[in-house]
Amino acid sequence: MITIIDYKAGNLTSVQRALTHLGLPSRITPDADEVRRSERIIFPGVGHAGAAMAVLKERGLDGALKEAFARGTPILGICVGCQILLDHSEEADTPCLGLIPGRCRRFAPSDRSLKIPHMGWNPVEVRRPHPLLSGLKPGDAVYFVHSYYTVPDAEEHAFAETEYGIRFASAIGRANLFATQFHLEKSAGAGLGVLERFAHWDGSPC
Amino acid sequence: MLMKRVISCLDVRDGKLAKSVKFLDTRDIGDPVLTAKSYYEQGLDELVFYDITASSDRRAIMLDVVSAVAAQVFIPFSVGGGLATVEDAHRVLLAGAEKVNFNSQAVKNPAVLTEASRAFGAQCVVLSMDVKRVPKTAVIPSGFEIVIHGGRTPMGLDALDWARRGEELGAGELVVNSIDADGTKAGYDLELTRLVAESVSLPVIASGGGGKPEHLYDVLTQGKADAALVASMLHFGEYTVKGLKDYLAGRGLAIRRG
Repeated sequence: MITIIDYKAGNLTSVQRALTHLGLPSRITPDADEVRRSERIIFPGVGHAGAAMAVLKERGLDGALKEAFARGTPILGICVGCQILLDHSEEADTPCLGLIPGRCRRFAPSDRSLKIPHMGWNPVEVRRPHPLLSGLKPGDAVYFVHSYYTVPDAEEHAFAETEYGIRFASAIGRANLFATQFHLEKSAGAGLGVLERFAHWDGSPC
Repeated sequence: MLMKRVISCLDVRDGKLAKSVKFLDTRDIGDPVLTAKSYYEQGLDELVFYDITASSDRRAIMLDVVSAVAAQVFIPFSVGGGLATVEDAHRVLLAGAEKVNFNSQAVKNPAVLTEASRAFGAQCVVLSMDVKRVPKTAVIPSGFEIVIHGGRTPMGLDALDWARRGEELGAGELVVNSIDADGTKAGYDLELTRLVAESVSLPVIASGGGGKPEHLYDVLTQGKADAALVASMLHFGEYTVKGLKDYLAGRGLAIRRG
């Protein structure tokens, strides 16, 4: 059973629909104790990092996620659920969960033709092999919608890259935690494949 | 590098396709869900559903279509047609759409763009504009005027002003539909699309007039569009999603291959 954390983020039901389509049982919960007891957690997200952190704290979900991480529970973050795993986000100068050292910065392209948000299909290039990315082929494109991007401090926490004016880390991870900036639930087969592998992942990064 | 998108629009009336879609093998399909699924499997980048149901008491049927599509199609899709309020938009998003598409209702009540953008984020809010060529005047300096009611009612609003205003009000994306080109299959209005794209910093989706693969190429290059909307080219079985994308990729555009 996969637990999808409900912290009022927009794409909860889309993620659940994708899991249902794959035949993977899931439940959506706002309850910190249920999250603590989960065998597998998806941490989705659409919206504002500041608002997301406020709801996580109010519901005690920040502590529950940190405990689950420490216990080795496989955790998958998506989009804003990827960004707020780092120490800090430039979005409203928000202190975040700090599960992966680094920060989240706003795109500031010098090229005016690059629009913000970065929205649409863009290829993802695997930089460091990871079990959840093993099905991606070179050149596979995935769907992005975001104005901020993750900058992990350590090279070893960046697993995939995407180019949008700069090269940014589009998938990050640490031990039993993995997260993608792109929307797995809207990236056709490339995204569904990552969700499917997550359901069987033992939480080991290699 | 961000890819150019190929998007298809399906008009839905009372839960059925307004014009049934004919596939290459000549099956007629009036079911929007099956059609959406077929295009998705062929590698379409995004879908738009336009609800043209006339009576408001039958609008709920559209929500059933939206949730059935959301259960089977894992690419972004937006829903438009008859959305007037944030509550209308919320129902469509809850049913599983990614984005909502405001058109004439936004012209009549521009505040709805801001309200929806605050409630759901700008990335969710698409402003769709129907545009007609008119003589250049002091009121319409670009010679492109916003119209509603399928082009029958001119609004005395310059399309470029409205595009910029839409961005300020909170739209995250623009659909530029040329009423003159629509249905002609003679190509998109390249000048209109380029002028709008140069007026805003939002992604622009070109609509109306696509009849051949080179029309998509032209509007994605000369027209500076980020995406091209196709309808009858696909619906009547003349072209396939894959065929269009192979053509565009063959001419050197960054295109997602399914």
